[in-house]
Amino acid sequence: MPAPAQVTLPSDREVRVTRQFNAPRQLVWDAHTKPDLMPKWLGYPGWDMPIREIDLRVGGKYRWQWKNDAEGQQFGMLGTFTEVDAPSRIAHEQYFDPDGTGSPVGDAWTVSLDLSEENSVTTLVCTMQYVSKEARDNSLATGMTDGMEFSYSRLDGLVAEAG
Amino acid sequence: MNLDATFSALADPTRRAILARLAEGEASVMELAAPFALSQPAVSKHLRVLENAGLITKGRDGQRRPCKIEMAPLNAANDWIERYQQIWEQNYVRLDNLLEALKQDAPEARGKRKKK
Repeated sequence: MPAPAQVTLPSDREVRVTRQFNAPRQLVWDAHTKPDLMPKWLGYPGWDMPIREIDLRVGGKYRWQWKNDAEGQQFGMLGTFTEVDAPSRIAHEQYFDPDGTGSPVGDAWTVSLDLSEENSVTTLVCTMQYVSKEARDNSLATGMTDGMEFSYSRLDGLVAEAG
Repeated sequence: MNLDATFSALADPTRRAILARLAEGEASVMELAAPFALSQPAVSKHLRVLENAGLITKGRDGQRRPCKIEMAPLNAANDWIERYQQIWEQNYVRLDNLLEALKQDAPEARGKRKKK
């Protein structure tokens, strides 16, 4: 198994995640950009990804939406691609859509994904840049970048009930 | 816990160096100023930022007011980053599995690829 993902804070406004995969770059690229592959890994147990629209070109838009299997709660991410250079680099502006209505809230952040391959190992570097340090820290603190706050708050609720 | 204040205080290399020194043990302002090319007032200013962020406390030992590192906010900041890391890692472990499956489906993807 590859080493766990590393999270660093390269500047006041950035978070960077680095991870290696024992697979060719093209496959890692496909997993990030093909609508039929994304739901197989991006998200978390108990959540389906019913909407995964991708217009993969510079200026093209995307909309990803997750839905809780049990409670039907939804949220999404949407944005616009600013760089598409298959299979090595992709960049986009991303907004958070807290209730999955297609109406995002807050400022966009930029996500850039760089993939390099050496000896059949692909290194992924994903950098998120926010409008301010405060926005970066909020994202770190809530885990909202992936909408994961929902699963955590739900888990907290379950723990509270059990307690 | 005010994470903003913690991250903000940690954003400065001099303050990180001061914390690194305090991690070895308590020190006075004068002792802290010595290794840095800084005046005591400049060091005091950094110490105020660290104190406001809860990263240090100032004790009282006669006339001396030794500074002491407080680990709780540092641990909180680490906790957030760790939790964030776990969220990504969970996704990437699933991605590892997906990539293994894709490699089985597309044996030509292993080793040299003929086309892009």
